Amino acid sequence: MNTCSFLFRTSLGKKYIMALTGLGLVVFVVLHLLGNLQFFLGREAINRYGHFLHSTPELLWGSRLGLLALVGLHLWAAIRLSIENRAARPVGYDRNKPMGSTYASRTMLMSGLIIAFFAIYHLLHFTVQVPVVNLRGTDFRLLVDQAQRHDVYQMMVTGFENPAVTVFYLVGVGLLCLHLSHGVSSLFQSLGLRTGKYSPLIKRLGCVISVVLLIGYWSIPLSVLLGLKK
Amino acid sequence: MNLTLKIWRQKDRQTRGEFVTCQARDIIPDMSFLEMLDVVNEDLMKAGHEAFAFDSDCREGICGTCSLVINGIPHGGQKGTTACQLHMRHFHDGQTITVEPWRAQAFPVLRDLVVDRSAFDRIIASGGFVSVNTGGAPDGNAIPISKVDADRAMDAAACIGCGACVAACKNASAMLFVAAKISHLGLLPQGQTERYQRVVKMVDTMDHEGFGACSVTGACEAVCPKQISLDFIGQLNRDYLRGSLKP
Ligand code: HEM
Ligand code: FES
Repeated sequence: MNTCSFLFRTSLGKKYIMALTGLGLVVFVVLHLLGNLQFFLGREAINRYGHFLHSTPELLWGSRLGLLALVGLHLWAAIRLSIENRAARPVGYDRNKPMGSTYASRTMLMSGLIIAFFAIYHLLHFTVQVPVVNLRGTDFRLLVDQAQRHDVYQMMVTGFENPAVTVFYLVGVGLLCLHLSHGVSSLFQSLGLRTGKYSPLIKRLGCVISVVLLIGYWSIPLSVLLGLKK
Repeated sequence: MNLTLKIWRQKDRQTRGEFVTCQARDIIPDMSFLEMLDVVNEDLMKAGHEAFAFDSDCREGICGTCSLVINGIPHGGQKGTTACQLHMRHFHDGQTITVEPWRAQAFPVLRDLVVDRSAFDRIIASGGFVSVNTGGAPDGNAIPISKVDADRAMDAAACIGCGACVAACKNASAMLFVAAKISHLGLLPQGQTERYQRVVKMVDTMDHEGFGACSVTGACEAVCPKQISLDFIGQLNRDYLRGSLKP
């Protein structure tokens, strides 16, 4: 156990934790998007997918607990590091002109905390399906399709027909992509994988992944809100 | 040219400091920033006031002693330039210039614009060296070194330890400094023996001295007068991981 104590003790160790848990979450976010995009294949595809996920509780709960651990560790390291980083500069500058750094890189804690808030809402909305939070007065738990499966498709359509809810999703996903535009490049650096000739590629990777995720995740609520999917 | 300076005044480590405003008159655009401060100090002393304390030594950009945050940017924001090499022609007549010391927990202000950077010395003392046995002088060319490694080590060795990286970082992190030192030694054959002990010890001292962690914002690289690359921090992260996992 002592071999790994440096992970929790030193500044670099906590950054390895940030980077590894961040990477795990990025993998989840990509897979989650691929799953969700089946919405465009129609009711049958997405409902079958939802049924498939829920019919294997070992896998479902395994993933859920894994995700919870990732988020927990990521959040812990984020807060520890932020406290230590703030303590490293007790007196600030009168004039501070940020040079060389991006907006995303300077606001990681804020974007992260808002994402956490968004994720809680998202879970209440579509996973726990608490009726009050969907602002539609519908109980999503009662939606079933012809094959007696939970009607995920209908839940998504009804869920995104409310503009306030949809805008919140757009903002939440937007901040996630802001977080990742810096985070994805940064994690390679933290793990010591960014050196020499790979460095320009890795610098661009964050941007590319975020834009792809942004388009992918925005497409679903937007297509509903614009009335393209009913 | 005439300028207004908004400049940090602090009696000593314990006393609280404050900004004071003063005039810099008849400044020649070809003067360096430090020469401009010399003029201001002479005027102050002639009038019977205390001069502003600031650090300088070589005044040619190689020693790393000068340390001023000028208009919110360490060394003033000209690419690859120390404050002593920053010329007044980059400012315009009548401008107000803010001058502050490096701000970091690990660099306490000693007086006015002078900070104590001995935390860097302690990081170096904890491992930033190569131990050699005494004896006959070795043949300088006897050890083969690839040109690529030699060049990279030289790029890292360009670090003058001024601390601008710490001053610019939102976390007051010393990662670029430590990265330059471990890369400069760790890329060369002579530095291999102590490579992994060195990195672990230096990082431990860095943490202990109260520097922050790296958020990979790149501010350090942007202000570094020697333009040390952020890539070296990647090297540091890799070497530290290996060093920590070594049995
Ligand atoms: C629970 C809410 C979250 C918080 C509070 C949070 C906070 C942070 C903070 C403060 C950093 C920067 C650490 C530093 O400055 O060194 C960071 C980095 C990162 N985050 Fe998050 N984050 C959250 C959620 C997420 C999610 C959901 C993902 C991925 C889908 C993610 C991916 C990343 C990545 C890849 C990094 C870069 C790691 C590195 O710098 O090595 N974060 N996060
Ligand atoms: S005084 Fe030597 S680098 Fe500026």
